[in-house]
Amino acid sequence: MTGGIGAAIWQGATVLIGGALLGLVYKGIDRKLAARMQARIGPPLRQPFFDVVKLLAKENVVPDHAIAWLFNGAPVVSLAAVSSLLFYLPLGGFAPLLGGHGDLVLVIYLLAVPAIAMMVGGFAAASPYASVGAQREMVMLMSYEFPLVIALVSIAWRLSTILPEASVFSLSVLAANPLWDWVGPLGAVGLVLLALALLVVTPAELSKIPFDIPEAETEIAGGLLAEYSGRNLALFYLADAVKTVAMAALLVALFFPYGLADRLWLSGPLAGLVDVAFFLIKVLVVVFFSVIVVRVGFARLKIDQAARLFWIPVTGISLVGMVLLILDRVA
Amino acid sequence: MRRLPRSFKRALWVYHVATGSCNGCDIEIVAALTPRYDAERFGIMLTGTPRHADVLLVTGPVTRPMRERLIRIYDQTPDPKAVVVVGGCGSTGGVFYDSYNVRGPVDAVVPVAVYVPGCPCRPEAILDGVVKAAVELEKLERSEVSA
Repeated sequence: MTGGIGAAIWQGATVLIGGALLGLVYKGIDRKLAARMQARIGPPLRQPFFDVVKLLAKENVVPDHAIAWLFNGAPVVSLAAVSSLLFYLPLGGFAPLLGGHGDLVLVIYLLAVPAIAMMVGGFAAASPYASVGAQREMVMLMSYEFPLVIALVSIAWRLSTILPEASVFSLSVLAANPLWDWVGPLGAVGLVLLALALLVVTPAELSKIPFDIPEAETEIAGGLLAEYSGRNLALFYLADAVKTVAMAALLVALFFPYGLADRLWLSGPLAGLVDVAFFLIKVLVVVFFSVIVVRVGFARLKIDQAARLFWIPVTGISLVGMVLLILDRVA
Repeated sequence: MRRLPRSFKRALWVYHVATGSCNGCDIEIVAALTPRYDAERFGIMLTGTPRHADVLLVTGPVTRPMRERLIRIYDQTPDPKAVVVVGGCGSTGGVFYDSYNVRGPVDAVVPVAVYVPGCPCRPEAILDGVVKAAVELEKLERSEVSA
């Protein structure tokens, strides 16, 4: 952070507003591309903006039997958590704004907060649909957290064996020293497996088909969100959009942190611009393969199938990836 | 009431209420959402709960037990909202007109913005009805502002 508090506030505001706008743009791209894959024309790219503005104009209903402060608090906490994620993730060529104050472990916790907030909101809504959704969300959280944490910690551990002096959990260190440059063939295979596991975890983390089980519109009427309307629903909508960008940015920071500007011998503001554009493309690629294609190509799983998928194959893949990284260190 | 933002009619989410219909109109509503008619072009999305809805698509003549439920669903829908009646039964009672167990038509139970006649109606007509519902919402707003 250069400059005083004023500059910091400006940077923070830029990241927050930019993150929200980007999230909505990516949501629009997501809906457009999904529609094209289904041979539809699809909504305009601005559709998510229309949706949010409309939701803000709607009445905000709090059910009679709901616990109002929890019910209204959950969406705010959810959006706050995903927005603060953006402060800890490297975006484009820029180091994380609060990089010195939080690391990968904090990011793991912040990723879990929106899910927990939705769970609390779902239980507070006093609706059977929302309660079922909240229970499913709990099972999902217990399923995908394990492979996620294995993958993140293995990468950090391998880096710690290479750079014993560096604080390897710091995301700026992780992004500045991509493991691909250091590991041998075994480690590279391990990294590919870990990336694969995280690509499967991503749609679950974002509650997208085939893992939108807690929100299943067609069976439990929107689940966790069943009782939410108006402003609260708009906040959850925004949180979902921002979380997509944050999750993709995390994957980019871990596996594809390379910039384009150095390779093109650029410098100054042009380099920053090129790096940001390249970062946006990388995020789009991650979103495309882990969210859009998957959500068009698959049907929703049942909760027990999803739990089994994460506990056995995906955890297995990430454990094999971890073992390969360990063997790579030994070899 | 505040002025409705311009985005409102570009993002109408619909909730489907079947009040004792024969399933004909309901199939046409589903057809309107298929890739062939692609309702999402206009920002129209089917929601699973009335809390998310802006437009209620009501089919059927409103049978005796469904009357209470229809009123309840109408009350559960956050304002501003509009009701679109889909099909002849809901519009006039249709073949169930004056039947002993029918409390309809729909406009005898809840305020209706748009009628889409037909037995069953075409998906194009349903899409047209939903888009017209947005116009009705605007009229409602204008009259409330001037009043």
